[in-house]
Amino acid sequence: MTKIDVGKLIIESADEIYEAILARKKPSMKFPLRNLQNVKYDPKKGFFELRGRRKERTLTVNTVKAFAQTLRMMALSKELVKTNDIATKREAYYVSKNWGEARFHEQPESDTVMDDVEAYFSVNREQLGFIPEEKGGDIAGKLIVIDEDRATKKKLRIDCTKFGSGAYSIPTSVEHLEFETEAKFILAIETAGMFQRLVKHNYWSTANCILISLGGVPSRACRRFIRRLADDKKLPVYVFVDGDPYGFGNIYRTLKVGSGNAAHLNEFFCVPQASFLGITPDDIIDYKLPTHPLKDVDIKRAKDSLKNDPFILHHKQWQVAISKLVQMGVRAEQQALAAHGLNHVIDTYLPKKLAHPEKFLP
Amino acid sequence: MENKKNSNPNLTNTELQLEMFEEKKPDGTIEAEPVSPEPKPHHDSRTIKKDAALASAAKQREISVSEFFTKNRHLLGFDNPQKALLTAVKEAVDNSLDACEDAGILPEIKVGIIEVGENRFRISVEDNGPGIVKNQIPKIFGKLLYGSKFHTIRQSRGQQGIGISAASMYGQLTTGKGAHITSRIGHDKPAHYYEIQIDTRKNAPIILIDKEVEWESPHGTKVEIELEAVYKKGRRSVDDFIEQTALANPHATIFYSVTGEPPRELSRVTDGLPKEPLEIKPHPYGVELGMLMRMLTDTSAKTLQRFLVQDFSRVSPRVSEDICTKADLSKDMKPSRVQPVQAELLYKAINASKFMAPPTNCLSPIGRELILEGLKKQYNADVYFAVTRPPSVYRGNPFQVEAGVAYGGDLPGEEPVTLYRFANRVPLLYQQMGCSISKGVTQTSWKSYHLQQPKGALPVGPMVLLVNIASVWVPFTSESKEAIAHYPEIVREIRLALMECGRHVSAHIRRHRKETDALKKISFIEKYIPHVGIALKEMLKLDDKQEKAIVETLKDTLQKSRIKTGRE
Repeated sequence: MTKIDVGKLIIESADEIYEAILARKKPSMKFPLRNLQNVKYDPKKGFFELRGRRKERTLTVNTVKAFAQTLRMMALSKELVKTNDIATKREAYYVSKNWGEARFHEQPESDTVMDDVEAYFSVNREQLGFIPEEKGGDIAGKLIVIDEDRATKKKLRIDCTKFGSGAYSIPTSVEHLEFETEAKFILAIETAGMFQRLVKHNYWSTANCILISLGGVPSRACRRFIRRLADDKKLPVYVFVDGDPYGFGNIYRTLKVGSGNAAHLNEFFCVPQASFLGITPDDIIDYKLPTHPLKDVDIKRAKDSLKNDPFILHHKQWQVAISKLVQMGVRAEQQALAAHGLNHVIDTYLPKKLAHPEKFLP
Repeated sequence: MENKKNSNPNLTNTELQLEMFEEKKPDGTIEAEPVSPEPKPHHDSRTIKKDAALASAAKQREISVSEFFTKNRHLLGFDNPQKALLTAVKEAVDNSLDACEDAGILPEIKVGIIEVGENRFRISVEDNGPGIVKNQIPKIFGKLLYGSKFHTIRQSRGQQGIGISAASMYGQLTTGKGAHITSRIGHDKPAHYYEIQIDTRKNAPIILIDKEVEWESPHGTKVEIELEAVYKKGRRSVDDFIEQTALANPHATIFYSVTGEPPRELSRVTDGLPKEPLEIKPHPYGVELGMLMRMLTDTSAKTLQRFLVQDFSRVSPRVSEDICTKADLSKDMKPSRVQPVQAELLYKAINASKFMAPPTNCLSPIGRELILEGLKKQYNADVYFAVTRPPSVYRGNPFQVEAGVAYGGDLPGEEPVTLYRFANRVPLLYQQMGCSISKGVTQTSWKSYHLQQPKGALPVGPMVLLVNIASVWVPFTSESKEAIAHYPEIVREIRLALMECGRHVSAHIRRHRKETDALKKISFIEKYIPHVGIALKEMLKLDDKQEKAIVETLKDTLQKSRIKTGRE
C-alpha cells in the first residue's frame, strides 16, 4: 500500500470548504456510497471495486450536524497525523465528548463518521491515525513472522510453532511484517473451537500448513495479513467455515473479495487466492452431518446474496450451492463433524477434502 | 352478545323475566320454577318418579323479589359497595334528568353524598323537575318494575322502572332503612314527604311516613337513600360519573357535594333544552317473537291487518295484507286469537318482507356545538372537534353516533387516551373493553392520524375522546347496561365519527410538528455552525477573526436559503 500524505489531503479539503463558505456558497463533500449496490466484482482483479456512485453532503440546515461532526473528525485526524499519534475508534468517540453539542452519543455514530472520512480520502483509517480495537486473528503452524522490537528496532523472529497450546496474535498493523515458511497452504478457520482442536493435535504438523483462526468475519488486519503472507509465499488459502449463509456470504466472501462497506480499501484487504473447503451443502449429505433448521434471518441473508451480491452473482457454483442449502432448509456447523467422533475432522474429513482442492468452491 | 334478543325493546332480559313473572303473580312474588303439570310417570318406575316429583314439589316455593334481587344484584349494578354507591346515584340522576327534560325544564340537580357511618352513606338527589303526583310516589320508589317508560319506544335514559326502586331496595337490605322522598308538583300545591319501604315478599310499598311539609322549591323531587357503600375517587367513581354527566348534558347544572370535600358546581353551558325525543312505534325488523306475541294480546286493533298497521311503524295496509297472506293467516283474524304457532309464521312473514327504514327524527343527540362547549369547559386543550353523524339504523332501531375530541394542551401525553362512553347521554363507566365504542376506537387506525397506537389498543397521546350513542333502544351487552353490543352498523358509524375526529387532530399535529421542526432547525444552526468554525480553524490554523467570519457568513447563508425555500 502506498503511503499518502494524509495531512496535506485534509488541509486541501478544509481549504476548499473554507473558500466556499467565504464565497457565500453552501459547501459540500462527496462520499462514495458504502454498500453492496455500489460495488462491482471483476474476477481478474479479484476484489470488490467501487462503482463510483457518490452521495453528496451539502451543508444545509438538515445536514449541519453531520457536517460539523465530519469536519471535527477530520481535524482530529490531522492532529493525530501531525503528532504521529493514534486513537482507537473508542478513544475517538471519547474525544468527541469535548465537542459540546457536536459530541457523539453512541460509538456507532462516531464510527460511521470515521468511515465516511476514511472513504472520503480513500485511505485506510490507520493512515488517518485511527486504529480498530478488533482482534486480528490467531496463528499456529509452520511460520516465522519477522517483526521488529519497538525499542531497539532490531528484527524479531517469531516462530509460530512455539506457542504450545496458545497462538500468535496478528497485530493491528501488518505492513512491516516479513515471513518465512515451509508450509504448503494456509487453512483459515471460522471458529476458535475448531482452531483449538487442530492446534491441540498439532494438525499444522501433520498437514504441513499454517492454521489461522478468523473469529467470525475476519478483521482488516487479518485479511491483510493472510493476503501478504499468501502473496509473499505463493500459498493457497483454504477456508473452513460453518455451512450456513453467514459462513458463505459474510465470512468467506469478505475474506476473499472484501466488503461493501469498506469498498474503497478492498484492493488491499482481500485474499483473491482463497478457495472454499467446507462445509458445503454437499458435505452435509456426504458426511451425514447433524443439522439445524435455517432461521428466517439465514434464509433472508441467502436470498439477499443471491439477488444482490456481485460475487455470488458472478459464480454459478455459489448460486447452486446457496440455492441447494435454502432448499434443504438446514445449516451445519463445523463442529457437527464431532458427531462422528471428536477427531473425525482430523482423521477423515480434512484429509479427504484436501486430497481434491480442485473441487473447492471458488 | 351480538344476537341477544329481547322481546320488548324497552326491557333488558332480567326485567323482562321479572315482568313476565309479575304478570302471573300480581302480588309480586316470583315462582322459583314453573309449577310442573301433574307428573306422568312411566309404569315401570312409578314409585321412584312419584317420590322424586313429590320431593321436588316440596322444595318448590315462591321466591320473593328481594331474594331474586339479592341473588342477582350484580345484574343491576350492585355487586360491590363502591359500585352500589355509583349505581344508586346514577339511577336517581338519570330519573331527574329524564323528568326535567320531559317537562321542558332546564335541569338543576343537587347531588349529595353524606357519610353517616363506617361504610354507610346517605345519597341525596334533588331536582327541579315537575314533581311526582302524590299517589304515584310510593309505587315508583317502593315497587320494582313500576315506571312510566315501560311501554314506549323513544329515546330516554331510563328504560326500565327498576333502577331507583332497586336502589331503595339495596339500601333497605343493607341498612334496614327505607327511601325518603319529598316531591312537589307546583307552587300552589303542598310538598309531600314520604318514608317508604318495600314489602319484599309482595313487591309492594309500605308507607312509613306520609305527610305534607314545607319546602322551598316550587316543584321538584328529592330522593334520599341510606346504603352500605364505599366512596372512592378516581376512575369509575361517583365524581367521574358526575363530571361525565355534566359533559354529556350541557344544559344541566349539577351541584355536587361530598362529606369532607368542598362543594362543586358544574354549571350548564347552554340554556337550550335538547330536542324532545319523539315516541315511535316499533319497526317490524326490531321485533322479536316474544314481543310480537305480547303485542298481539295487548293491541286494541280488531283485525290482524289493522294491528300491523297501527302498532308498527312503516307498515302500510297493503304490506300488512301481504304479510298475512305470506303467513297464511286471515287478515281479518282477531289478533288475540293468534296461536303461538301462527305467531311464529307471522314473525317469519314479517322478516321476509321489505319495509322502509324507521323514522329517525325521534332521536335527540347532544349536538356538535354543545359537545365542543362541554369539552372546552372541562379541558384545557389545543384543539377541539366534534361531529354528529347522520342517523342510521340497526335491526330496525334508529340510532345516531356522536364523537368529540380534545387534543393537546394540559392533557397528559404519554398515556393511552381517555375515552368517555355515553349511551343516551348516560356515562358508561364499566366494561370498557367489551363495548363496541371501545372496539370502534381500537379498530380505527390512529397511526395514520399521527398518533401512537399499540396493536389492538387505545391510541396513546394527549387526547380525550367522547362518544355518545343516541337510540330509542341501545343494545347493551348485559342487564347492568355497562357496554354496548357489537352491531356492525353501530361499530361502523362509531369508526366513521372517530375518523372525522382523527383527521382533524392529525391536521393539528402536522401543523404543530412543522412549527417545532422549524424551531429545531433554527436551533441546529445555532448549535452546530460554531463547530464548523472550530474544525476549520484547527485544520487551517485560522485566527479568531477568521473563525468568526466563517460562523457569521455560514449562518447568514443558511438562514437565507431557509427563508427562500421555505423548508430547509
